Amino acid sequence: MKAIKSKIETLLSDTGYSPDLLLQYLCTAQSLYSYVPERIVHLFADKLEIPAAKILGVVDFYAFLHREARGDFDILFSDSITDQMLGNRSLIEKLCMKLGVELGKPRNDERVTIDVTSCTGICDQGPALLANGMVVSKLDDARIDLIGDLVESCTPVCDWPEALFVVEDNIQRPGMLLSDHIANGAAIEALINDGSSTFLEVLEQSGLRGRGGAGFSTAIKWRLCRNAPADERYVVCNADEGEPGTFKDRVLLNSYADNVFEGMTLCGGAVGAEKGYLYLRGEYRYLLEDLEETLQRRRNANLLGNNILGEEGFNFDIDIHLGAGAYICGEESALLESLSGKRGIPRDRPPFPVTSGFRQQPTIVNNVETFLAAAKIAVFGAKWFSSVGTEKSSGTKLLSISGDCSRPGIYEYPFGASIRQILDDCGALDTQAVQVAGAAGTTIPPAEFDRTISFEDLSTAGSIMVFNQQRDLIDMVQNFAQFFCHESCGFCTPCRVGGTLMRNLVEKVVTGHATSYDLNEMKNIGLVMQNTAHCGLGATAANPVINTLNKFPDIYTKRLAHSGYEPAFNLDASLEISRQITGRNDEGAHIRDE
Amino acid sequence: MISDKTFKIDGRKIPFQDGDTIMDAALRAGEYIPHLCHNPEFKPNGSCRVCVIETNGRHVSACNQPAIENMEVDNSSDAIMNLRRSLLQMLFVEGNHVCPACEKSGACQLQAVAYYTRMLSPHFTHFFPRRDVDATHPEIAIDFNRCILCKLCVRASRDVDKKNVFLISGRGIDSRLVINSPSGKLGDSDVAVTDKAVAVCPVGAILPKHKGYEKPIGERMYDNKPISIVGDVAAKFSSKIYSKDVNTK
Repeated sequence: MKAIKSKIETLLSDTGYSPDLLLQYLCTAQSLYSYVPERIVHLFADKLEIPAAKILGVVDFYAFLHREARGDFDILFSDSITDQMLGNRSLIEKLCMKLGVELGKPRNDERVTIDVTSCTGICDQGPALLANGMVVSKLDDARIDLIGDLVESCTPVCDWPEALFVVEDNIQRPGMLLSDHIANGAAIEALINDGSSTFLEVLEQSGLRGRGGAGFSTAIKWRLCRNAPADERYVVCNADEGEPGTFKDRVLLNSYADNVFEGMTLCGGAVGAEKGYLYLRGEYRYLLEDLEETLQRRRNANLLGNNILGEEGFNFDIDIHLGAGAYICGEESALLESLSGKRGIPRDRPPFPVTSGFRQQPTIVNNVETFLAAAKIAVFGAKWFSSVGTEKSSGTKLLSISGDCSRPGIYEYPFGASIRQILDDCGALDTQAVQVAGAAGTTIPPAEFDRTISFEDLSTAGSIMVFNQQRDLIDMVQNFAQFFCHESCGFCTPCRVGGTLMRNLVEKVVTGHATSYDLNEMKNIGLVMQNTAHCGLGATAANPVINTLNKFPDIYTKRLAHSGYEPAFNLDASLEISRQITGRNDEGAHIRDE
Repeated sequence: MISDKTFKIDGRKIPFQDGDTIMDAALRAGEYIPHLCHNPEFKPNGSCRVCVIETNGRHVSACNQPAIENMEVDNSSDAIMNLRRSLLQMLFVEGNHVCPACEKSGACQLQAVAYYTRMLSPHFTHFFPRRDVDATHPEIAIDFNRCILCKLCVRASRDVDKKNVFLISGRGIDSRLVINSPSGKLGDSDVAVTDKAVAVCPVGAILPKHKGYEKPIGERMYDNKPISIVGDVAAKFSSKIYSKDVNTK
């Protein structure tokens, strides 16, 4: 244990005791100790001059940081709706039984903890779990048995059979972004040759819009940042791909990392930033070593560092920061807070990151796919990109398709592709509904399958989850309601409290206790959340309930209790404490249903 | 420096200066916009969302959104009041707010704004969380049951007292106010009864000891006049800051 502590002390001194790196330090402590011990909190408090309670506030914010030891094996089952549809619940139960563990609680011998976590981005190869941060996909009974044995024999995760850790890219339909390759440095050379203003014009002509879903013009964003008066500017790549059902960034960072880093460098050169950050979601930590290697290779090739490709004054380098289990950090201002080592609470807007972002300096925050597209546009030109797609949505979009279809995976389509075509291509039969854009997105019934993926119609970061006729959509609604309850940052009243009330009401529906009064309540709470929440997460957290109440009312009405009103609590059960105190259990001490 | 720029709240012209939020201009003009986490002495927080207003088809919080020339603000329609009332009800069911048993009753901003939004019941299902009372400090008690996470004590302790005694921890519905001290208790923190952090609490969460029920019920600040006339619990100027009472119209 002393050795670990000195490791952490070395890390602190090597990195200059930077408060911005608090979350990174905490992630290191978590992985070395399987928790963040109190003495380490005090070490950080002392060395970084941050109040200890503030550090604990950060620990308590992130789902992957813990105050109690998790043990040698911290096993987190992905609990997205697609994992559930692939039978994760029985596998969780099986492993818990096998290892004699209660879900969420460390085993008495401090060997192992089994828990669930939000979507891990392996939806096309689920059910999945994270074992000390390593992804195990395609879980089945045999794999669970094997994992159980490996844990009992105390085999370190690094010595587990490599076959367990295979994650395929699973690219089913490559388009221009995934097929038209560029040489490393080609985009940077184009920028150096053409100059920033010309390149930004090309970017504008290409019509590229942000791939995170909001669709803001990339050229306008980069110009705003370039023109904002400042001493320093920053480029941030948002790889906190937390929207349930999305996994394209996993693939891009696994097989196209050079292009992504090239796009970031291009951006740095175009806006006048010398520092970039890749904010990598904690679930993708298993990609970290390879990404660091890629960065080092690029430094060696003078594609990063000082005077890039010999261009005097073109300095740019990239650091990778890890997230730690917080969906909200995909919201750009929350991401910037997290990047500074703080709790991921979305900021007030305005000011926007483009004028006041990381360290209050002008900052570009773009999606992984946006940087990739920008790099290719720099090489192939505006026309290459804008010749496909629709009027207001040029180019292609990567879709992450999962759920009830025979060929889940990554699909690249020109904007304007219809849901119907997508379903045909991925082998989806007998489809009841498609969830577009993740938990906060839109539920599409068959009558709307001619709708298209585009900023004009269905805007999405790429999550497509398919549900066939055999599925009960209320399971999806319940999963999403629980997800938003878990992922709310807790800052504003409507999301923090409204989201919890909503989750509880969905549960009331599922257990058959709800009445039409409750459905009306859900609509009202949804209205409050949509209109008063502080950020986009809160404003959209009620969407799955509101959408399905409108489009799939049967999944609710068929479950309603017959009475006009049902209390939220069970009268008889509430008397239990009184019965225990008085020692009574006779008929008079009970309230029976009529 | 008086600017001639104006915008409208419910049809009334409100002058404002560059850099004003909607709330800043409204406060100066004596136009009441209900709020809990806002106190003009501190940087806006924007977490309670009670100051929600509608302008140009969008709902925004008045405390942190800049005033824009000629904007028209809806601050009193039924739709806006319904949203605010729901937010108040959410705050009531989230904690344990037992007004009849609270020393602060009649001088509590949560209660006063609830009356202002015509809230008659908490409406939603109570969470009944188990929260502690910390009476370890000789001069101050804190009842976490009544905390509404407005962060006023956090901001006051950090920005005015320079002590960082109060902080927010947890996430989502587990968010909670915590004390920065070795034991996590108020007793071994640096807080003093004279601290700004103690004075700014808009509810009955942070209370000075040894002086309960000094003012009889019936004579408390909101007993006879609504908050839209009386002003905030912790306002520097505690009376007559607002001229208009929406309730009476």
